[in-house]
Amino acid sequence: MESVDLIYKGIFILVIFGITLLIATYSTYFERKIAAFIQDRVGPNRAGPFGLLQPLADAGKLFFKEEFIPAKANKALFIIGPGIAMLVATMSSAVIPFGDMLIVGGREIWLQAIDVNIGVLYVFGIVSLGVYGLMIGGWASNNKFSLLGAIRAASQNISYELAMGLSLIAVLMMTGSLSLREIAEQQQGFNWNIWYQPLGFIIFLVCAFAETNRTPFDLPESEAELIGGYHTEYGSMKLGMYLFAEYINIFVVSAVMSTLYFGAYNFPFMENLRSAISDPVLANNVVTLVGVAVMFAKIFAFIFFFMWVRWTLPRFRYDQLMKLGWQILIPLAILNMVLTGGAILLKDSLF
Amino acid sequence: MEPLSNRSKKVQKREMTFAERAYLPAIAQGLGITLKHFFKKKATINYPEQTRERSDIWRGLHVLKRDENGAERCTACGLCAVACPAEAITMTAGERKAGEEHLYREEKYAVTYEVNMLRCIFCGLCEEACPKAAIFLQDDKLAPARYERDEFIYGKDRLVEPLKTTETK
Repeated sequence: MESVDLIYKGIFILVIFGITLLIATYSTYFERKIAAFIQDRVGPNRAGPFGLLQPLADAGKLFFKEEFIPAKANKALFIIGPGIAMLVATMSSAVIPFGDMLIVGGREIWLQAIDVNIGVLYVFGIVSLGVYGLMIGGWASNNKFSLLGAIRAASQNISYELAMGLSLIAVLMMTGSLSLREIAEQQQGFNWNIWYQPLGFIIFLVCAFAETNRTPFDLPESEAELIGGYHTEYGSMKLGMYLFAEYINIFVVSAVMSTLYFGAYNFPFMENLRSAISDPVLANNVVTLVGVAVMFAKIFAFIFFFMWVRWTLPRFRYDQLMKLGWQILIPLAILNMVLTGGAILLKDSLF
Repeated sequence: MEPLSNRSKKVQKREMTFAERAYLPAIAQGLGITLKHFFKKKATINYPEQTRERSDIWRGLHVLKRDENGAERCTACGLCAVACPAEAITMTAGERKAGEEHLYREEKYAVTYEVNMLRCIFCGLCEEACPKAAIFLQDDKLAPARYERDEFIYGKDRLVEPLKTTETK
């Protein structure tokens, strides 16, 4: 790889990292704003215009709080826990194709940090590591309620990862590739995977809610009835990191869902726009930039959906959660796989 | 066991339909309701900038009025204290000295006049009882929250109408 490419990749990774953090920061603001709007309130509006500086004020508050570590806690692990949660959350956005290719001065610039040919597996591997953050944090607190919360979190995440992976296999059977860029490319124009995989998408969506510990599956936290789950003993910025990691996870999972099912940076009438501009380089760049905007619009729509659901649905009971995961979603995902396989075979023999 | 009365009803749990068990239609319905609220007019009043509209006859913080020359109208007759159902008003009376005619309208005046805002129920009976039209409940002021209990006992320093406002009015 040339050094120019390396520098470009470095800059791109930093930019993606920054965007991820920015979106996560403002997710906290929009979460409160959306919660307020749904409950006929106005939400934070004191810090800056429309309360836009609220996340900074919150972060400042968290930074200045006392760094408290319980006396009998395992100090090293107690500190590493939120670190792992944060690290893992920020890692997975590396393989997401935020756009197609820009041509600047005859050089092709791909709007993706790294194109690994096992992109989907990479995302899933990283996401499943996220459980360690919760588990270590809960265990190191040396508090039985934290530990119980962590166990709840771990068993929930593991249960729903299965159904998530199974629903994903149907998409992989269709596309025949694990690379997120190739999956995105195959959904040219309006040929999105959601039209072929509605059931798979619903399963994936439900599992995504469970994986990110969002309502109606936020039993690991369930702040109202179970203290605070795995982060009971946490305060200050370590608690902030846990909460922040959750928002980053929402962003990443939204990006993955838009890539897998909603055509990533593809949008309807893409080719019409491309052919409407005579200069091929300019046409490519315009289409790519519109594609990036479309990709982010899809991500924001999903983030909004996450919050919208949070302020609509009450929490599941734990046995209902497990029943839904093991007895309903996994059989449905297998059914979806069988149907997809049958359809692929029939398509070859019929047409 | 024998039933105590025959009023007990057999409750039968209806079997849920498939649409109900699938849960998704109900979720969609709920999302519709929350989305409707998302665009509704908000009930919030941005307090320091806006205040909730009060009625014209709102009974707020007490004021001890002065007459047109700026002399206090109160003669410490004690009718307000008698009328007060919460026993929030206390006062001590004193005799006006020579040279104080511009301060007090009548020969007798209130040396101290205290209203305990923690006891007061803002019923307005004191202003009805007052024969000299000296005490009124204002419609634009409240007794604000404070840290100490003693701070809620309003003396003459906080009750008597300031001089300037009478001059301008």
